[in-house]
Amino acid sequence: MSADNETMTPALQATRLDYLLQLADTSLILGQRLGEWVGHAPALEEDLGLANTALDLIGQARLLLTYAGELEGRGRNEDQLAFLREESQFRNPALVEQPNGDFGQSIVRQVLIDAYQLELYQRLQHGKDTRLASICAKSLKETRYHLQYSSGWLIRLGDGTPESHARVQRALTQLWPYTHELFEEQESDRALIAAGFAVPLAEVQCHWLLRLDAILREATLQRPQDTPFRWSGRRGQHSEHLGYILADMQHLQRAYPGAHW
Amino acid sequence: MSTVEFAPAAVPTPLKPRERESEAWRVLGEVQDPEIPVLSVVDLGVIRRVHVAPSGALEVDLAPTYSGCPASLVIRSSVVSALRAAGFDPISVTEVLSPPWSSDWLSEAGRQKLKSYGIAPPAESVASPRALWRAEPSVACPRCDSHDTQVTSQFGSTPCKALYRCNACLEPFEYFKCI
Repeated sequence: MSADNETMTPALQATRLDYLLQLADTSLILGQRLGEWVGHAPALEEDLGLANTALDLIGQARLLLTYAGELEGRGRNEDQLAFLREESQFRNPALVEQPNGDFGQSIVRQVLIDAYQLELYQRLQHGKDTRLASICAKSLKETRYHLQYSSGWLIRLGDGTPESHARVQRALTQLWPYTHELFEEQESDRALIAAGFAVPLAEVQCHWLLRLDAILREATLQRPQDTPFRWSGRRGQHSEHLGYILADMQHLQRAYPGAHW
Repeated sequence: MSTVEFAPAAVPTPLKPRERESEAWRVLGEVQDPEIPVLSVVDLGVIRRVHVAPSGALEVDLAPTYSGCPASLVIRSSVVSALRAAGFDPISVTEVLSPPWSSDWLSEAGRQKLKSYGIAPPAESVASPRALWRAEPSVACPRCDSHDTQVTSQFGSTPCKALYRCNACLEPFEYFKCI
Protein backbone atom coordinates (compact mmCIF):
# COMPACT_ATOMS: atom_id res chain seq x y z
CA MET A 1 0.00 0.00 0.00
CA SER A 2 2.63 2.52 1.04
CA ALA A 3 4.75 1.74 -2.04
CA ASP A 4 1.65 2.39 -4.10
CA ASN A 5 1.08 5.72 -2.44
CA GLU A 6 4.59 6.96 -3.06
CA THR A 7 4.52 6.35 -6.81
CA MET A 8 1.17 8.07 -7.22
CA THR A 9 0.76 11.61 -8.51
CA PRO A 10 -0.79 14.02 -5.99
CA ALA A 11 -3.76 14.51 -8.33
CA LEU A 12 -4.53 10.81 -8.48
CA GLN A 13 -4.05 10.56 -4.72
CA ALA A 14 -6.64 13.32 -4.16
CA THR A 15 -9.03 11.59 -6.54
CA ARG A 16 -8.68 8.34 -4.65
CA LEU A 17 -9.48 10.09 -1.41
CA ASP A 18 -12.54 11.64 -3.01
CA TYR A 19 -13.66 8.25 -4.30
CA LEU A 20 -13.34 6.69 -0.84
CA LEU A 21 -15.40 9.53 0.61
CA GLN A 22 -18.11 8.91 -2.00
CA LEU A 23 -18.36 5.28 -0.91
CA ALA A 24 -18.15 6.09 2.79
CA ASP A 25 -20.66 8.94 2.73
CA THR A 26 -23.19 6.87 0.77
CA SER A 27 -23.24 4.34 3.59
CA LEU A 28 -22.96 6.89 6.38
CA ILE A 29 -25.83 9.13 5.27
CA LEU A 30 -28.11 6.23 4.36
CA GLY A 31 -27.33 4.63 7.73
CA GLN A 32 -28.21 7.89 9.48
CA ARG A 33 -31.45 8.16 7.50
CA LEU A 34 -32.46 4.58 8.31
CA GLY A 35 -31.71 5.24 11.96
CA GLU A 36 -34.63 7.70 11.96
CA TRP A 37 -36.94 4.69 11.67
CA VAL A 38 -35.94 3.34 15.06
CA GLY A 39 -39.06 3.33 17.18
CA HIS A 40 -41.26 4.37 14.24
CA ALA A 41 -41.32 1.37 11.87
CA PRO A 42 -44.68 -0.28 11.08
CA ALA A 43 -43.79 -3.38 13.12
CA LEU A 44 -41.10 -4.41 15.59
CA GLU A 45 -39.56 -6.78 13.01
CA GLU A 46 -39.17 -3.92 10.52
CA ASP A 47 -37.78 -1.67 13.24
CA LEU A 48 -35.09 -4.32 13.79
CA GLY A 49 -34.56 -4.83 10.07
CA LEU A 50 -34.00 -1.16 9.28
CA ALA A 51 -31.90 -0.58 12.41
CA ASN A 52 -29.68 -3.58 11.69
CA THR A 53 -29.21 -2.46 8.10
CA ALA A 54 -28.30 1.01 9.40
CA LEU A 55 -25.80 -0.54 11.81
CA ASP A 56 -24.05 -2.49 9.04
CA LEU A 57 -23.93 0.61 6.83
CA ILE A 58 -22.43 2.75 9.57
CA GLY A 59 -19.91 -0.01 10.31
CA GLN A 60 -18.91 -0.06 6.65
CA ALA A 61 -18.66 3.73 6.62
CA ARG A 62 -16.32 3.60 9.63
CA LEU A 63 -13.94 1.23 7.85
CA LEU A 64 -13.96 3.43 4.74
CA LEU A 65 -13.57 6.70 6.63
CA THR A 66 -10.69 5.33 8.70
CA TYR A 67 -8.95 4.35 5.49
CA ALA A 68 -9.72 7.72 3.88
CA GLY A 69 -8.23 9.49 6.91
CA GLU A 70 -5.03 7.45 6.67
CA LEU A 71 -4.76 8.02 2.94
CA GLU A 72 -5.23 11.74 3.42
CA GLY A 73 -2.35 11.77 5.92
CA ARG A 74 -3.52 14.82 7.84
CA GLY A 75 -4.27 12.95 11.01
CA ARG A 76 -8.06 12.99 10.65
CA ASN A 77 -9.83 9.91 11.99
CA GLU A 78 -13.25 8.48 11.18
CA ASP A 79 -15.00 10.68 13.74
CA GLN A 80 -13.43 13.90 12.52
CA LEU A 81 -14.38 13.05 8.95
CA ALA A 82 -17.95 12.17 9.88
CA PHE A 83 -18.67 14.90 12.38
CA LEU A 84 -16.56 17.87 11.35
CA ARG A 85 -16.90 18.13 7.57
CA GLU A 86 -19.18 20.75 6.04
CA GLU A 87 -22.13 19.91 3.84
CA SER A 88 -20.31 20.70 0.59
CA GLN A 89 -17.53 18.31 1.59
CA PHE A 90 -19.87 15.33 1.72
CA ARG A 91 -19.69 13.15 -1.37
CA ASN A 92 -22.80 10.98 -1.13
CA PRO A 93 -25.25 10.80 -4.02
CA ALA A 94 -28.38 12.86 -3.31
CA LEU A 95 -30.53 9.69 -3.41
CA VAL A 96 -29.43 8.56 0.07
CA GLU A 97 -30.26 11.90 1.70
CA GLN A 98 -33.85 11.90 0.39
CA PRO A 99 -36.43 11.82 3.19
CA ASN A 100 -37.69 8.46 4.44
CA GLY A 101 -41.28 9.13 3.41
CA ASP A 102 -43.52 6.19 4.23
CA PHE A 103 -42.14 2.69 4.76
CA GLY A 104 -42.63 1.92 1.06
CA GLN A 105 -40.57 4.90 -0.01
CA SER A 106 -37.72 3.93 2.31
CA ILE A 107 -37.86 0.41 0.88
CA VAL A 108 -37.70 1.70 -2.70
CA ARG A 109 -34.65 3.85 -1.87
CA GLN A 110 -33.10 0.87 -0.11
CA VAL A 111 -33.56 -1.50 -3.07
CA LEU A 112 -32.02 1.05 -5.44
CA ILE A 113 -28.96 1.50 -3.22
CA ASP A 114 -28.59 -2.12 -2.09
CA ALA A 115 -28.51 -3.35 -5.69
CA TYR A 116 -26.08 -0.56 -6.59
CA GLN A 117 -23.71 -1.33 -3.70
CA LEU A 118 -23.93 -5.04 -4.47
CA GLU A 119 -22.85 -4.62 -8.09
CA LEU A 120 -20.22 -2.04 -7.17
CA TYR A 121 -18.66 -4.03 -4.30
CA GLN A 122 -18.69 -7.21 -6.33
CA ARG A 123 -16.32 -5.53 -8.76
CA LEU A 124 -14.30 -3.47 -6.29
CA GLN A 125 -13.44 -6.56 -4.25
CA HIS A 126 -11.11 -7.54 -7.12
CA GLY A 127 -9.68 -4.02 -7.53
CA LYS A 128 -6.05 -3.02 -7.32
CA ASP A 129 -6.53 -1.19 -4.03
CA THR A 130 -6.19 -4.19 -1.74
CA ARG A 131 -7.43 -2.46 1.38
CA LEU A 132 -10.54 -1.16 -0.36
CA ALA A 133 -10.99 -4.61 -1.91
CA SER A 134 -11.00 -6.24 1.53
CA ILE A 135 -13.53 -3.71 2.88
CA CYS A 136 -15.79 -4.35 -0.14
CA ALA A 137 -15.48 -8.15 0.14
CA LYS A 138 -16.53 -7.87 3.77
CA SER A 139 -19.38 -5.40 3.13
CA LEU A 140 -20.67 -7.47 0.23
CA LYS A 141 -21.85 -10.25 2.54
CA GLU A 142 -23.96 -7.76 4.46
CA THR A 143 -25.18 -5.94 1.36
CA ARG A 144 -26.45 -9.18 -0.14
CA TYR A 145 -28.58 -9.74 2.95
CA HIS A 146 -29.85 -6.13 2.88
CA LEU A 147 -31.05 -6.61 -0.69
CA GLN A 148 -32.80 -9.85 0.23
CA TYR A 149 -34.69 -7.95 2.88
CA SER A 150 -35.48 -4.81 0.88
CA SER A 151 -36.38 -6.59 -2.37
CA GLY A 152 -38.57 -9.04 -0.44
CA TRP A 153 -40.54 -6.09 0.90
CA LEU A 154 -40.70 -4.30 -2.45
CA ILE A 155 -42.20 -7.43 -4.03
CA ARG A 156 -44.76 -7.77 -1.23
CA LEU A 157 -45.75 -4.11 -1.44
CA GLY A 158 -45.72 -3.86 -5.23
CA ASP A 159 -47.63 -7.08 -5.68
CA GLY A 160 -49.80 -6.33 -2.64
CA THR A 161 -52.94 -4.22 -2.33
CA PRO A 162 -53.85 -1.46 -4.83
CA GLU A 163 -52.87 1.06 -2.12
CA SER A 164 -49.43 -0.44 -1.42
CA HIS A 165 -48.80 -0.86 -5.15
CA ALA A 166 -49.69 2.75 -5.89
CA ARG A 167 -47.52 4.05 -3.06
CA VAL A 168 -44.34 2.20 -4.00
CA GLN A 169 -44.86 2.99 -7.70
CA ARG A 170 -45.15 6.67 -6.81
CA ALA A 171 -42.01 6.49 -4.66
CA LEU A 172 -40.13 4.77 -7.48
CA THR A 173 -41.15 7.47 -9.96
CA GLN A 174 -40.13 10.13 -7.46
CA LEU A 175 -36.72 8.66 -6.66
CA TRP A 176 -35.80 7.36 -10.09
CA PRO A 177 -34.29 10.66 -11.37
CA TYR A 178 -31.79 10.55 -8.49
CA THR A 179 -30.35 7.25 -9.72
CA HIS A 180 -28.75 8.89 -12.74
CA GLU A 181 -25.82 10.30 -10.79
CA LEU A 182 -24.91 6.88 -9.39
CA PHE A 183 -23.58 5.93 -12.80
CA GLU A 184 -22.38 9.26 -14.09
CA GLU A 185 -18.71 8.89 -14.86
CA GLN A 186 -16.73 11.98 -13.95
CA GLU A 187 -13.37 12.76 -15.43
CA SER A 188 -11.70 11.85 -12.15
CA ASP A 189 -13.43 8.45 -12.28
CA ARG A 190 -11.81 7.70 -15.59
CA ALA A 191 -8.31 8.33 -14.20
CA LEU A 192 -9.07 6.01 -11.29
CA ILE A 193 -10.51 3.32 -13.55
CA ALA A 194 -7.43 3.48 -15.76
CA ALA A 195 -5.24 3.02 -12.68
CA GLY A 196 -7.35 0.05 -11.50
CA PHE A 197 -8.68 1.80 -8.36
CA ALA A 198 -12.29 2.15 -9.50
CA VAL A 199 -14.62 0.22 -11.77
CA PRO A 200 -16.37 1.30 -14.98
CA LEU A 201 -19.77 2.62 -13.96
CA ALA A 202 -21.44 1.69 -17.25
CA GLU A 203 -20.79 -1.95 -16.43
CA VAL A 204 -22.15 -1.51 -12.90
CA GLN A 205 -25.25 0.19 -14.30
CA CYS A 206 -25.90 -2.56 -16.81
CA HIS A 207 -25.88 -5.28 -14.13
CA TRP A 208 -27.79 -3.06 -11.71
CA LEU A 209 -30.57 -2.65 -14.27
CA LEU A 210 -30.76 -6.38 -14.94
CA ARG A 211 -31.06 -7.11 -11.26
CA LEU A 212 -33.53 -4.30 -10.66
CA ASP A 213 -35.74 -5.22 -13.60
CA ALA A 214 -36.09 -8.77 -12.29
CA ILE A 215 -37.21 -7.43 -8.90
CA LEU A 216 -39.59 -4.86 -10.45
CA ARG A 217 -41.14 -7.51 -12.69
CA GLU A 218 -41.90 -9.70 -9.70
CA ALA A 219 -43.21 -6.65 -7.83
CA THR A 220 -45.44 -5.80 -10.84
CA LEU A 221 -43.91 -2.30 -10.90
CA GLN A 222 -43.03 -0.17 -13.91
CA ARG A 223 -39.48 1.09 -14.26
CA PRO A 224 -39.89 4.87 -14.81
CA GLN A 225 -38.58 6.62 -17.90
CA ASP A 226 -35.26 8.41 -17.61
CA THR A 227 -35.61 12.16 -17.26
CA PRO A 228 -33.24 15.05 -17.98
CA PHE A 229 -33.11 15.75 -14.21
CA ARG A 230 -29.51 15.86 -12.96
CA TRP A 231 -28.02 16.11 -9.52
CA SER A 232 -24.44 15.79 -8.34
CA GLY A 233 -24.21 15.05 -4.66
CA ARG A 234 -21.05 13.16 -5.49
CA ARG A 235 -19.46 16.51 -6.33
CA GLY A 236 -20.73 18.09 -3.14
CA GLN A 237 -23.90 19.70 -4.48
CA HIS A 238 -26.63 18.53 -2.18
CA SER A 239 -30.35 18.84 -1.85
CA GLU A 240 -31.77 20.86 1.03
CA HIS A 241 -32.15 17.65 3.05
CA LEU A 242 -28.48 16.96 3.82
CA GLY A 243 -28.07 20.05 5.99
CA TYR A 244 -30.77 18.83 8.36
CA ILE A 245 -29.24 15.36 8.56
CA LEU A 246 -25.84 16.84 9.39
CA ALA A 247 -27.29 19.25 11.93
CA ASP A 248 -28.76 16.25 13.71
CA MET A 249 -25.71 14.02 13.31
CA GLN A 250 -23.02 16.61 14.03
CA HIS A 251 -24.70 18.72 16.68
CA LEU A 252 -23.00 17.09 19.64
CA GLN A 253 -19.47 17.34 18.25
CA ARG A 254 -20.05 20.94 17.20
CA ALA A 255 -21.50 21.96 20.57
CA TYR A 256 -18.98 20.02 22.67
CA PRO A 257 -15.85 19.61 20.53
CA GLY A 258 -13.96 16.41 21.28
CA ALA A 259 -16.68 15.04 23.56
CA HIS A 260 -16.74 11.27 23.86
CA TRP A 261 -18.09 8.64 26.18
CA MET B 1 34.36 -30.22 23.04
CA SER B 2 32.68 -27.26 21.40
CA THR B 3 29.32 -29.17 21.01
CA VAL B 4 28.96 -29.25 24.75
CA GLU B 5 28.89 -25.47 24.84
CA PHE B 6 26.01 -24.68 22.48
CA ALA B 7 23.81 -27.77 22.55
CA PRO B 8 21.98 -27.15 25.87
CA ALA B 9 21.18 -23.55 25.03
CA ALA B 10 19.79 -24.36 21.57
CA VAL B 11 17.32 -27.09 22.55
CA PRO B 12 14.60 -25.51 24.77
CA THR B 13 14.11 -22.16 22.99
CA PRO B 14 12.27 -23.15 19.76
CA LEU B 15 9.56 -25.01 21.70
CA LYS B 16 8.80 -22.29 24.16
CA PRO B 17 6.94 -19.79 21.94
CA ARG B 18 4.85 -22.61 20.54
CA GLU B 19 3.84 -23.70 24.03
CA ARG B 20 2.93 -20.14 24.84
CA GLU B 21 0.82 -20.00 21.70
CA SER B 22 -1.12 -23.11 22.66
CA GLU B 23 -1.58 -21.68 26.14
CA ALA B 24 -2.97 -18.51 24.53
CA TRP B 25 -5.37 -20.58 22.39
CA ARG B 26 -6.52 -22.38 25.55
CA VAL B 27 -7.18 -19.05 27.30
CA LEU B 28 -9.04 -17.71 24.24
CA GLY B 29 -11.17 -20.86 24.20
CA GLU B 30 -12.66 -19.59 27.46
CA VAL B 31 -13.37 -16.01 26.33
CA GLN B 32 -17.11 -15.75 25.81
CA ASP B 33 -18.94 -13.97 23.04
CA PRO B 34 -20.72 -11.11 24.85
CA GLU B 35 -24.07 -11.71 23.12
CA ILE B 36 -24.05 -15.50 22.85
CA PRO B 37 -22.11 -16.49 25.98
CA VAL B 38 -22.30 -20.20 25.14
CA LEU B 39 -19.83 -19.55 22.30
CA SER B 40 -16.17 -18.77 22.84
CA VAL B 41 -14.38 -16.40 20.50
CA VAL B 42 -12.55 -19.47 19.14
CA ASP B 43 -15.88 -21.23 18.40
CA LEU B 44 -17.06 -18.08 16.65
CA GLY B 45 -14.06 -18.26 14.32
CA VAL B 46 -12.87 -14.71 14.87
CA ILE B 47 -9.35 -15.60 16.06
CA ARG B 48 -7.30 -15.90 12.90
CA ARG B 49 -3.79 -16.21 14.28
CA VAL B 50 -1.91 -16.31 17.55
CA HIS B 51 1.80 -15.74 17.36
CA VAL B 52 4.63 -15.11 19.78
CA ALA B 53 6.93 -12.53 18.19
CA PRO B 54 10.72 -12.79 18.61
CA SER B 55 10.45 -9.87 21.05
CA GLY B 56 8.20 -12.03 23.24
CA ALA B 57 5.06 -9.99 22.50
CA LEU B 58 1.87 -11.92 21.80
CA GLU B 59 0.23 -11.03 18.48
CA VAL B 60 -3.43 -11.87 17.92
CA ASP B 61 -5.23 -11.42 14.60
CA LEU B 62 -8.91 -10.80 15.12
CA ALA B 63 -11.55 -10.84 12.34
CA PRO B 64 -14.69 -8.77 13.00
CA THR B 65 -18.03 -10.48 12.34
CA TYR B 66 -20.51 -7.82 11.17
CA SER B 67 -19.10 -4.37 10.29
CA GLY B 68 -21.40 -2.60 12.70
CA CYS B 69 -21.65 -5.20 15.43
CA PRO B 70 -21.31 -3.44 18.79
CA ALA B 71 -19.99 -6.68 20.29
CA SER B 72 -16.75 -6.39 18.28
CA LEU B 73 -15.35 -3.81 20.67
CA VAL B 74 -16.27 -5.92 23.69
CA ILE B 75 -14.71 -9.03 22.10
CA ARG B 76 -11.47 -7.17 21.55
CA SER B 77 -11.23 -5.93 25.10
CA SER B 78 -12.21 -9.29 26.63
CA VAL B 79 -9.53 -10.99 24.53
CA VAL B 80 -6.89 -8.57 25.78
CA SER B 81 -7.93 -8.71 29.42
CA ALA B 82 -8.17 -12.53 29.49
CA LEU B 83 -4.71 -12.88 27.94
CA ARG B 84 -3.27 -10.28 30.29
CA ALA B 85 -4.77 -12.07 33.28
CA ALA B 86 -3.05 -15.25 32.06
CA GLY B 87 0.31 -13.45 32.13
CA PHE B 88 0.72 -12.40 28.53
CA ASP B 89 2.27 -8.98 28.14
CA PRO B 90 2.64 -7.10 25.86
CA ILE B 91 -0.26 -8.09 23.60
CA SER B 92 -0.99 -6.60 20.21
CA VAL B 93 -4.35 -7.20 18.52
CA THR B 94 -4.66 -6.59 14.79
CA GLU B 95 -7.99 -6.41 13.02
CA VAL B 96 -7.98 -8.46 9.81
CA LEU B 97 -10.68 -8.04 7.17
CA SER B 98 -9.40 -10.44 4.57
CA PRO B 99 -10.57 -13.10 4.02
CA PRO B 100 -13.83 -11.80 5.47
CA TRP B 101 -15.51 -13.58 8.35
CA SER B 102 -18.55 -15.62 7.39
CA SER B 103 -20.79 -18.07 9.23
CA ASP B 104 -18.60 -20.81 7.72
CA TRP B 105 -15.90 -19.85 10.24
CA LEU B 106 -18.05 -21.15 13.08
CA SER B 107 -16.45 -24.31 14.50
CA GLU B 108 -18.25 -27.66 14.60
CA ALA B 109 -18.19 -27.48 18.40
CA GLY B 110 -19.66 -24.01 18.15
CA ARG B 111 -22.52 -25.25 15.98
CA GLN B 112 -23.34 -27.95 18.53
CA LYS B 113 -23.22 -25.47 21.42
CA LEU B 114 -25.55 -23.09 19.57
CA LYS B 115 -28.08 -25.85 18.96
CA SER B 116 -28.14 -27.03 22.57
CA TYR B 117 -28.49 -23.37 23.65
CA GLY B 118 -31.65 -23.12 21.51
CA ILE B 119 -30.23 -21.19 18.56
CA ALA B 120 -30.37 -22.96 15.19
CA PRO B 121 -26.86 -23.03 13.67
CA PRO B 122 -26.34 -21.81 10.07
CA ALA B 123 -28.20 -24.27 7.84
CA GLU B 124 -25.55 -24.63 5.21
CA SER B 125 -22.22 -23.39 3.95
CA VAL B 126 -22.32 -20.03 2.17
CA ALA B 127 -20.51 -21.81 -0.66
CA SER B 128 -23.11 -24.59 -1.02
CA PRO B 129 -24.72 -24.93 -4.47
CA ARG B 130 -28.13 -24.08 -3.01
CA ALA B 131 -26.79 -20.91 -1.41
CA LEU B 132 -25.10 -19.95 -4.67
CA TRP B 133 -28.50 -20.11 -6.35
CA ARG B 134 -29.93 -18.03 -3.52
CA ALA B 135 -32.38 -20.72 -2.52
CA GLU B 136 -33.86 -20.28 0.96
CA PRO B 137 -32.01 -22.59 3.35
CA SER B 138 -34.04 -25.23 5.13
CA VAL B 139 -33.62 -24.43 8.82
CA ALA B 140 -34.16 -27.18 11.39
CA CYS B 141 -35.84 -26.41 14.72
CA PRO B 142 -33.18 -26.65 17.47
CA ARG B 143 -35.74 -28.24 19.81
CA CYS B 144 -37.55 -30.89 17.75
CA ASP B 145 -35.33 -31.02 14.62
CA SER B 146 -38.32 -30.51 12.32
CA HIS B 147 -37.58 -28.77 9.03
CA ASP B 148 -41.15 -27.46 8.92
CA THR B 149 -40.13 -23.96 10.04
CA GLN B 150 -40.82 -20.45 8.85
CA VAL B 151 -39.00 -17.16 9.12
CA THR B 152 -40.78 -14.55 11.21
CA SER B 153 -38.15 -11.81 10.96
CA GLN B 154 -34.98 -11.60 8.87
CA PHE B 155 -33.33 -9.63 11.64
CA GLY B 156 -33.19 -10.39 15.35
CA SER B 157 -31.76 -9.20 18.63
CA THR B 158 -28.18 -9.18 17.29
CA PRO B 159 -26.85 -8.63 13.74
CA CYS B 160 -25.98 -12.34 13.42
CA LYS B 161 -29.46 -13.74 14.06
CA ALA B 162 -32.88 -14.03 12.41
CA LEU B 163 -36.16 -15.11 14.00
CA TYR B 164 -37.98 -18.33 13.10
CA ARG B 165 -40.99 -20.33 14.23
CA CYS B 166 -41.32 -24.10 14.20
CA ASN B 167 -44.62 -25.27 12.67
CA ALA B 168 -44.23 -28.71 14.25
CA CYS B 169 -43.64 -27.87 17.94
CA LEU B 170 -44.88 -24.26 17.58
CA GLU B 171 -41.87 -22.85 19.44
CA PRO B 172 -40.25 -19.61 18.24
CA PHE B 173 -36.47 -19.77 17.98
CA GLU B 174 -33.45 -17.75 16.87
CA TYR B 175 -31.39 -18.70 13.85
CA PHE B 176 -27.71 -17.87 13.31
CA LYS B 177 -27.78 -16.40 9.79
CA CYS B 178 -25.75 -17.73 6.89
CA ILE B 179 -23.67 -14.87 5.63
